[in-house]
Amino acid sequence: MTESQAKIEAKDLNIGYGDFVLLKDANFQINEHDIFIIMGGSGCGKSSMLRVLTGLVKPLSGKVFVDGVDFTSASVKTKNKIMQGNGILYQSGALFSSMTLAENIALPMQLYTEYSSSQIKELASLKLALVGLAGFEDYYPSEISGGMKKRAGLARALALDPEIVYFDEPSAGLDPVSSKLLDDLILDINQTLGTTIVIVTHELSSIFAVGNNSIFLDGETKSILARGNPNELLKNPPNEKVLQFLTRGEGKNA
Amino acid sequence: MKKIKFDIEKDNLILSINGDILLYDDNENKQKLYNAAQNDKITKIVIDATQLQQWDSSLVAIIFELAKIALKRNIKPEKINFPVGLDRLINLALSVDRKPAQILENKKTFLEYVGDWGVSVYNGFNKGTDFLKQSWQALKRLLSGKSVMRGIDLSFALEDCGYKAIPIVTLISFMVGLILAFVGAVQLKTFGAQIYVASLVTIGMTRIMGAIMTGIIMAGRTGASYAATIGTMQVNEEVDALKTMGINPVDFLVLPRMLALTVTMPILTMWADFMGMLGGGFVGVTMLGIPMQKYWDMSVSAITMDNFLVGIFHGLVFGIVTAICGCYYGVHCGRNADSVGLATTKAVVASIVWMIVMTGIITVACEVIGI
Ligand SMILES: Nc1ncnc2c1ncn2[C@@H]1O[C@H](COP(=O)(O)OP(=O)(O)OP(=O)(O)O)[C@@H](O)[C@H]1O
Ligand SMILES: [Mg+2]
Repeated sequence: MTESQAKIEAKDLNIGYGDFVLLKDANFQINEHDIFIIMGGSGCGKSSMLRVLTGLVKPLSGKVFVDGVDFTSASVKTKNKIMQGNGILYQSGALFSSMTLAENIALPMQLYTEYSSSQIKELASLKLALVGLAGFEDYYPSEISGGMKKRAGLARALALDPEIVYFDEPSAGLDPVSSKLLDDLILDINQTLGTTIVIVTHELSSIFAVGNNSIFLDGETKSILARGNPNELLKNPPNEKVLQFLTRGEGKNA
Repeated sequence: MKKIKFDIEKDNLILSINGDILLYDDNENKQKLYNAAQNDKITKIVIDATQLQQWDSSLVAIIFELAKIALKRNIKPEKINFPVGLDRLINLALSVDRKPAQILENKKTFLEYVGDWGVSVYNGFNKGTDFLKQSWQALKRLLSGKSVMRGIDLSFALEDCGYKAIPIVTLISFMVGLILAFVGAVQLKTFGAQIYVASLVTIGMTRIMGAIMTGIIMAGRTGASYAATIGTMQVNEEVDALKTMGINPVDFLVLPRMLALTVTMPILTMWADFMGMLGGGFVGVTMLGIPMQKYWDMSVSAITMDNFLVGIFHGLVFGIVTAICGCYYGVHCGRNADSVGLATTKAVVASIVWMIVMTGIITVACEVIGI
């Protein structure tokens, strides 16, 4: 691949809550069309990192650039603009419980596009069909299973044809088959739509199956311990911790 | 033979475990054992499990305690014939990979408590005024046509605190009118002035009771539901989802609810006034034997525009107060089920407290301008 432009760039990020610092001086780039994995042990601040990248929480210091635009200290207007180019799948799906699936997906389109309501309806059905939920338009989130909620959440994240989709633990709580299907879906989206994808996960099979770039966060040193293609990292682990993580603690001979 | 037996031989602590150790609860023996292990003389600990048969967590806990003491004193316990499972459990328990980042300090001096309290009051005040500012800006956005509030959400909210609230408001205010009339009648009867029950009920209901009763009902019914609904959305990451879609949650969730309650409260107050008068009339006509026409005339002549409007104004203010408290605690809800309960409780308590405060302020203001 030729040198591609950085879609997202994190510069000297310090992340934490109040006096409680989770990560220090994190620097990394996410290239366009990448499937970028943020991995690390429980509680090391992966979800917090995602919240900072998506603009939900301000970093203690440092900046996030999206398409070269400073996202962290941007005006509300610029920020909203960037946010509309983001699709986010939350850990629990985060569907609006008072709306049907179709309405959930229609909401961002109603707010930000000029489509007529019949067009929106069609598009919502299409997005649901893309994630394998055709026919579930009029169901409420409480009437579908956890895995289906995740897929519906993904359909909503794709509503505005985003340039970047963020996933928080996409395979948590899914059976192996559904989780594989979701991985395939992620690859499809990436390949057909050229979407840049950022995934927080510690599901090893997903990491190796979909990721082509990654960072490894470490809670003890509060830093990025490793970066690069996860498969390469497995071949040449830069240190013991990364090796342990990528081999489920079984070390070299796994 | 004792199940857990220990001897001290010179500088060795020798522990032997015998038979089944299930639900072991000889605390005295345990304590003695720990004390012995802490003795400075001891330089070696031997645990012999050759005779051990069945065991459960109570044994693991004892060995774990012992192992921790040994670790602190840099002694490596010698384990003889340990069951594999037990050994692994102990190793697992000892291999803490991370300690909590912050150790919660719970020993605070009185001064620190006062200081913390002061800081939290200050922060609470800031958060409150910030929320009011945001709501005000949301309203301005709505008026300038730039809000993302959906009409359908407003109509749902109107429905919820509009006609769906009528049955309970009707019931309660009818009963309050009834009670007012009853209590008043007992006193007024002694002067043969029971006809004035009509005036008493009318003035009481229109000036304040109608608004207060409606306010309290709506705080418990609607304010609580606002806090719970928005709080649950916070827990489910729905509010995060809104924010990251570039949708302002104040516009989207708070504004329709505030508008709905602000519009419906004065109307409900009027209805409550009327139902209270009916309740009073019921007592007057059936129990005090006042002719219906006469009671009606007395009631109507007791209504003054001032009282009526002051009552409605109370209703309006209570509506705003309830909506603000409900939404505020919903938006500032934590991220677990517990905090939703807490948010709901706080919303109702705060609504009622602020209603009383506002009543005081309005009453003084009315006194000053002479209404
Ligand atoms: N809103 C908050 N306020 C204060 N501390 C927080 C907050 N959210 C998270 N934390 C703390 O930050 C740390 C990291 O949390 P985070 O959710 O980012 O971890 P994570 O890496 O996503 O973990 P997991 O893999 O278990 O999801 C935790 O120790 C948590 O206690
Ligand atoms: Mg997480």
